[in-house]
Amino acid sequence: MKLFTFKGGVHPPEKKLTQSEEIKEAPLPEKVIVFMLQHAGSPAKPIVEVGQQVKTGQVIGEPQGVISAYVHSPVTGKVTNISKVNSSVHGMAVEAVTIEKTASDDWELLPKIDYLSASKEELIEIIRKAGVVGLGGAMFPTHIKLNPPKPVNTLIINGAECEPYLTIDHRVMIEMHEEILLGIQITQKILGVKDVYIGIESNKKDCIELLEKKWSGKVKVVGLKTKYPQGAEKQLIKAIIGKEVPSGGLPSDIGVVVQNVSTMVAIKRAVIDRKPLIERGLTLTGEGIKRPGNWWVRIGAPISWVINELGGGFSEDFDEVKVLMGGPMMGIPVSSLDTPILKGNNGITVIREQERESTNCIRCSYCVHVCPMNLQPYLLDMLSRKKKYDEAAEIGLLDCIECGSCTYICPANVEHVKSIKLAKKVYRALRGGKK
Amino acid sequence: MKLITTSAPHVRTNDSTRKIMLDVLIALAPAVVGATYFFGLYALVLSIIGMLSAEAVELFIMRVLKKDKNFVPNGSAAVTGLLLALNLSVATPWWVLIIGVVFAIAIVKHAFGGLGQNIFNPALAARVFLLVSFPTAMTTWYKPMAFFGGWYPADTQTSATPLAILKLEGFSKVLESTTYTDLFFGNIGGCIGETSAILLLIGFVYLVLRKRIKILIPATYIATVLVISSIFNSINPEKYGSPLFHILAGGLMLGALYMATDMVTSPMTLKGQAIFGVGCGLITMIIRYFGGYPEGVSLSILLMNALTPLIDRYTQPVIFGRRNG
Repeated sequence: MKLFTFKGGVHPPEKKLTQSEEIKEAPLPEKVIVFMLQHAGSPAKPIVEVGQQVKTGQVIGEPQGVISAYVHSPVTGKVTNISKVNSSVHGMAVEAVTIEKTASDDWELLPKIDYLSASKEELIEIIRKAGVVGLGGAMFPTHIKLNPPKPVNTLIINGAECEPYLTIDHRVMIEMHEEILLGIQITQKILGVKDVYIGIESNKKDCIELLEKKWSGKVKVVGLKTKYPQGAEKQLIKAIIGKEVPSGGLPSDIGVVVQNVSTMVAIKRAVIDRKPLIERGLTLTGEGIKRPGNWWVRIGAPISWVINELGGGFSEDFDEVKVLMGGPMMGIPVSSLDTPILKGNNGITVIREQERESTNCIRCSYCVHVCPMNLQPYLLDMLSRKKKYDEAAEIGLLDCIECGSCTYICPANVEHVKSIKLAKKVYRALRGGKK
Repeated sequence: MKLITTSAPHVRTNDSTRKIMLDVLIALAPAVVGATYFFGLYALVLSIIGMLSAEAVELFIMRVLKKDKNFVPNGSAAVTGLLLALNLSVATPWWVLIIGVVFAIAIVKHAFGGLGQNIFNPALAARVFLLVSFPTAMTTWYKPMAFFGGWYPADTQTSATPLAILKLEGFSKVLESTTYTDLFFGNIGGCIGETSAILLLIGFVYLVLRKRIKILIPATYIATVLVISSIFNSINPEKYGSPLFHILAGGLMLGALYMATDMVTSPMTLKGQAIFGVGCGLITMIIRYFGGYPEGVSLSILLMNALTPLIDRYTQPVIFGRRNG
C-alpha cells in the first residue's frame, strides 16, 4: 500500500491501549456541568433558570455573535446552578449550567426534515440548531465551516488520529462507518463536492481495509504514514492532495474542507435522527486508569465521574498524575477533576509526569527538522522569552500549530510550545486581535 | 490525588544534552586508543587531563562564580577538553593543556554565556590561543611509535608533518617518507588525535547512526576540499599535492567530522550547513596553498563560526504555506 505524508514530524510511542475495545454506552451521569463555551467563538447565553426542568436535547444556551453555537441539555433533569466556573481548559472563568438528572431520557428532538429533498440552507440550519462543532478538538462551529467563503471542490475526512493513546476515531470508523457515510453524503450535498477522501494512518490497517471495501466508489481511502502530527488539518491536506494552505488562510482558499470522522456521525444524527450534539465517543486511557476503554458519554459529565464510574478509578501507585483532556501531545492538563467533558473531548488520558533534565539550547537543530510548518522553533522560543513579539511574528509566530513536535524531540527539554503559546496570546492582545 | 499541570507535550523523548555529549565521547574513543597506540601512554594521559580539567573548570564556574547550586555536569565540557587534547602535539606539557582548557571553558564558552551561547568552538579557539602563546611546544612533532610503545616517543624522532613537508619541499618529498596507508591508519606525525582517518571515521559512523551529527557539514567540507585540490592537482601536482593527500593529511578529518560539526557553533538549517561546509573547505585550502601556515583547518572553522549567525539569518526555511506568496 502506498502511504502518503508531509515533511517533518515525530514518532512518539503509539500506546494505542484501547484499539480493540468496542465503544460502550456509558450510563447517564447523575449530574452534568455544561459550559456555555464549547466552541470556537463567543460563549452561548444561558436561556434557562435555576430550578427549571429541562429535557434531554433541550436548548439551554443560545449562540451570541457570528461565530458561536447552540448548547443543549445532555440529560433530563433540573437546573441547579448557573455561574461562572474557573476552567483550566479555557484558561479563564466561563459560564456553566449545572443540571441534576431527575429521570431517564425524555428527548426534545430537532425539527424533522427529509434530508434527500432538503435544500442546502435547510441542512445547514439543522446542523446549526444541533450545536454541532468540530469534534476533532478545535470545536469550530460546523455550520460555518460548511458554508465556506469560497467555493470548494474537495472534502477530506480526517481519520488520521495521530495522537498517541487515543483510539476513539479508530473505533468510530470500525463500528459506525454506515453513519459516517451518511454524514459524508449530507456534507457533500451541502458543499456540492464530488471528490471525497478519507485519510487514515497506517497503524489502523483494519479501518483502511474495511472502508476501502465498504465505501468503494464513494470515498477515496488514503493510507497515511503513522507520524505525528499527521492529523493536523494543514498536514493532512498536504499529504492527501499535495497542496499547502496559504499562511494565515483557510483550507477553502485551496478549495478544501476538512471534517473529523466523529463530526460526520454528529451531522448524521442531527439531520436523520433529529438529535442535537449532547453525547460523543471518547477514549479513557493511560497507565493511570484501571480499566482503559472507549466510551459513548454525555457531554458535561465530570471527569471524576468518568474516571471512577467508567474507568474503575486511578491505578495503584498513581498519587501524582496528569489528567489530560485529549492525548499526550496536545492534551490540556486539568487542574480540577470537576472539569466536565466538552464537545471537543476525544479522550481523557491519565499518565505520570515524565522526569526531565533541561539545559540551555545546544543548537542541535532537531526542532528545525521536525517542525511540520517549517518554522524555527528554537528561535521562536528565544524571541518569545525575550518578549520580542514583533520579531517572532516576522518569522512565523502565528503560523505555529502548537503540535509540540519540537518540544517532544528537544534533548535540552526547552519548552518551546509553552513560550510560543504565551507569546501568541500577548502578541494578539497587543495587536488588538488584528493579525 | 495531586494533579500536575505542566505544559504540553506531556511525552518527551528520553534524550538529553548529556546523552548527546556521551555519544560524542564514545565516538572519539577510537581516536583516543589510536593516539595511545601511536604516541604512547602520555597521549592517553593528555586526553584524560583534558576531560577532567574541563569538567572541573566548568563546575567551578557554574557553582562558585555563577552561583548555580543546581548545576550538574553534562559532559559538554569534557567534549571540549578531549577535543583540545586531541588537537595537540604529544610534545605539549600537561600544564599547557590546562591553560588551554581554562581559556576554552572560562573565556570562549562561559564569558559568552555558557552552554549553547558561545560563538566560537571552544576547543579550536583554545588551540589557536595556545599556538600563538606556546609556538614551540605546539609545533614540535614526533614520529609515531607502534604498539603502545611506552610513555613518550623518543626525542630523536622529531619530524615535520606531511603538510609542512609539502609546503617546504614539494609533494615528491612527502611521498618519500609517507604512504597513503600511513595517512589512512595514522602512522604519521601530527596532533595526537588527528592522524588516523579510519579511527575518526569509525566514530563518525557511530554518530551518524545515532543521528548526533549535522552530516551535511563534513560532506560538503570534504567535497569542497576534494574539488579544489583536484583542480590544483591538475595544474601542478608537485606543488599542490594530490586530492586524497589533502583529505587524509593534517587535521581535516578531525576538523570536518568533529569540530566543524559542533552543534552550538554551526548553522541550524540544511542549506546553512552546506554553506558552512563549503566555506570551511574553501578557507582551509586557501590557507594550505597560499597562507603562512601549513594547516588551515582550525582557522577556517573559526572563521565560519563567526559567520554562523549571519548564515542562519539568510538561510531561513520557507514557512509552510508561504511558498507562493
